[in-house]
Amino acid sequence: MYKILRKEIFSETVKLMVLEAPLVAHKAKAGQFVIVRIDETGERIPLTIADFDSAAGTVTIIFQEVGKSTMQMGQLEEGDYFENVVGPLGHATEIKNYGKVVVVAGGVGIAPIFPIARALKQAGNHVTAIMGARNKDLLFWEDRMRAETDEVIICTDDGSYGRKALITEPLKEVLEQNSDIAKVWAIGPSIMMKFASATTKPFNVPTLVSLNTVMVDGTGMCGGCRVVMDKGAKFVCVDGPEFDGHHVDWELLLARLKFFRSEEQAAVEEWKEKDHKCRTDLMFEAGVEAGQNG
Amino acid sequence: MAKKIVPCKVPMTEQPAGERVHNYQEVPLGYTPEQAMEEARRCLQCAKPTCMDGCPVNVNIPGFLERVADGDFQSAVEMIKLTNALPAITGRVCPQEVQCEGVCVLNKKFEPVGIGRLESFVADWEAKQGKIAIPQAPPQTGKKVAIVGSGPAGLTAAADLARMGHQVDVFEALHEPGGVLVYGIPEFRLPKAIVKREVDYVKSLGADVHMDFIVGAVATLDELLETYDAILLGTGAGLPWFMDLPGENLGGVYSSNEYLTRVNLMKAYRADYDTPVSRGNRVLTIGGGNTAMDAARTALRLGSKESIIVYRRSRAELPARAEEIHHAEQEGVQFNLLTTPIAFHGKDGRVTALECIKNELGEPDASGRRKPVPIAGSNFFIEADVMVIAIGQSPSPLIANTTPELETKKNGTVTADTSTMKTSKKGVFAAGDIITGGATVILAMGQAKLAAKAMDEYLNTGVW
Repeated sequence: MYKILRKEIFSETVKLMVLEAPLVAHKAKAGQFVIVRIDETGERIPLTIADFDSAAGTVTIIFQEVGKSTMQMGQLEEGDYFENVVGPLGHATEIKNYGKVVVVAGGVGIAPIFPIARALKQAGNHVTAIMGARNKDLLFWEDRMRAETDEVIICTDDGSYGRKALITEPLKEVLEQNSDIAKVWAIGPSIMMKFASATTKPFNVPTLVSLNTVMVDGTGMCGGCRVVMDKGAKFVCVDGPEFDGHHVDWELLLARLKFFRSEEQAAVEEWKEKDHKCRTDLMFEAGVEAGQNG
Repeated sequence: MAKKIVPCKVPMTEQPAGERVHNYQEVPLGYTPEQAMEEARRCLQCAKPTCMDGCPVNVNIPGFLERVADGDFQSAVEMIKLTNALPAITGRVCPQEVQCEGVCVLNKKFEPVGIGRLESFVADWEAKQGKIAIPQAPPQTGKKVAIVGSGPAGLTAAADLARMGHQVDVFEALHEPGGVLVYGIPEFRLPKAIVKREVDYVKSLGADVHMDFIVGAVATLDELLETYDAILLGTGAGLPWFMDLPGENLGGVYSSNEYLTRVNLMKAYRADYDTPVSRGNRVLTIGGGNTAMDAARTALRLGSKESIIVYRRSRAELPARAEEIHHAEQEGVQFNLLTTPIAFHGKDGRVTALECIKNELGEPDASGRRKPVPIAGSNFFIEADVMVIAIGQSPSPLIANTTPELETKKNGTVTADTSTMKTSKKGVFAAGDIITGGATVILAMGQAKLAAKAMDEYLNTGVW
């Protein structure tokens, strides 16, 4: 059992939790993920680690409620427990001094990108952060990001805060203005990572994306997370989660993410019907396509 | 006095095929005590019992059968447990026809003694009595052992090492102990309550089992060796093989590991569990082993109208247990033999058909089985909405990747001495599918017993 030490509500659908998981915290590094399970009947849910404190033995996760399981998670409170928290899984981000780098976060992607940005800054890089979300309510950690990077650019789809733009616009401008960008990290909904990769491609700047696919065990056992790269299939859980965005077969990835959509929708409907606390305005729209990073 | 030969096994009552495809309960309903005694009396009590040679864990078969024949089930189960900590499991999943029952003297002309079903009978009988006999705890040696993986190898070694007086910690990556016994083998073949019972027995011997602990990620072998005097790797063969065919990553194409894990470990077949699985109208399973039979039979229970096995050789070469093939056929699983898949076809990202080519049997290959040779121009399509690839698996590279000095072979298996199970790394032993690739529960258990013996010696002498 793993205790929820702290819960923070960023918006109606985006929540942070600090979990007591000393074994995971002890080994966690930027870029890795955990799998959590709420209770005996719950799914195994992969979530990228947003922060960790090995001294305190804690791991921070931030998630958006997009399906039944994440909605159920959102109703857990401080003092409640997860049945399982396992990790750290996947390869850590390769942190070194590359020179000038850009980190791009879309929506809940701010969470996984934060420890990467912080580690890159600590390694001596000049870090520009581009943070995007559909609207102001879905943005969080602007202050933390400002504290750990050299420059922060904010944009929203609806213009409710920062620039009214998709992240691809400022990304393109930064690349045009700085010919010495060594590397880009882009984390967010798959569709956003696809377009971020397409944006950096003409500039020939290596771009890493953190994929969030369908997954069961997270240890290389099921192969449900397989993604097709130029040189064949890879498992996101053990070969990733970071991949070269210029070589991912995005169409196939997006198709695989949609695979359980009808089951997901049915589960959400049933959950809403059963659960009277549940708000009726919960939108599924962002849905599976957005993954947990949506 | 020469014993009268009874040519046939006492028939086992089974759930009718038409009924059982709608539930997840076991197929055989089990012997009554009277039936068990009658079957055990068929044993000739040979002076030189060949059956024991056929048992990878050397169960005293004539000994326990004699006790069953006498109706002394308690001492029968205690006798089995001297060498086999998991009789309710092995009685159900061992390929007895190539082991104990295969070499039973009766098998030359008649049906062999039903050793497997009697083994599970006495284990189930003991559980029904409500109290499992726990052997007296031995004096503690003060030595600490880490066992990585809680599958058949890990549980067997844990039981043996605990009974030798060592402190045993078992580390499991998933949220439930049992390894392949819980994620791979379906409920209708091995009820999970039985696995839990056997795990509880191993715990009662003094072993601690830790869940959610991925060795390699949470702690490396070197880190474990700071605390533990020896390690056993029993992590199995968890990395599924794919075929590298066009369209293989379409939605609806599963590895057998994913398909079965969703259903077995994550209980997707139950409405009260959240994990989804595609139920499919027509399900194809590629492969001919026990895992393929498990997947094809699971598909029927999930409600598919048709379940079809696609296998590249002929029926005679099917590697599955005879009983599994028989049960699958009874339940209506169709067999598309001498057929090799060449491409998956789909629409809108979902699989719709498998393109195959017909084979004929050629000369025997390295495995001694006749090799399938494709017949040019015989391509054809089988339509289906779910496809399960069950062609085998190899060990996960997770531990080897974080332990450079651990010697592995090209196929990912860990190198180990076949009599002591010692790996190339001091203090580290290995048993089961991690060294053999996908094999059987009982072979893993046999190796685990060898490993436990060698570990005990190493712990006592310190000599590597």
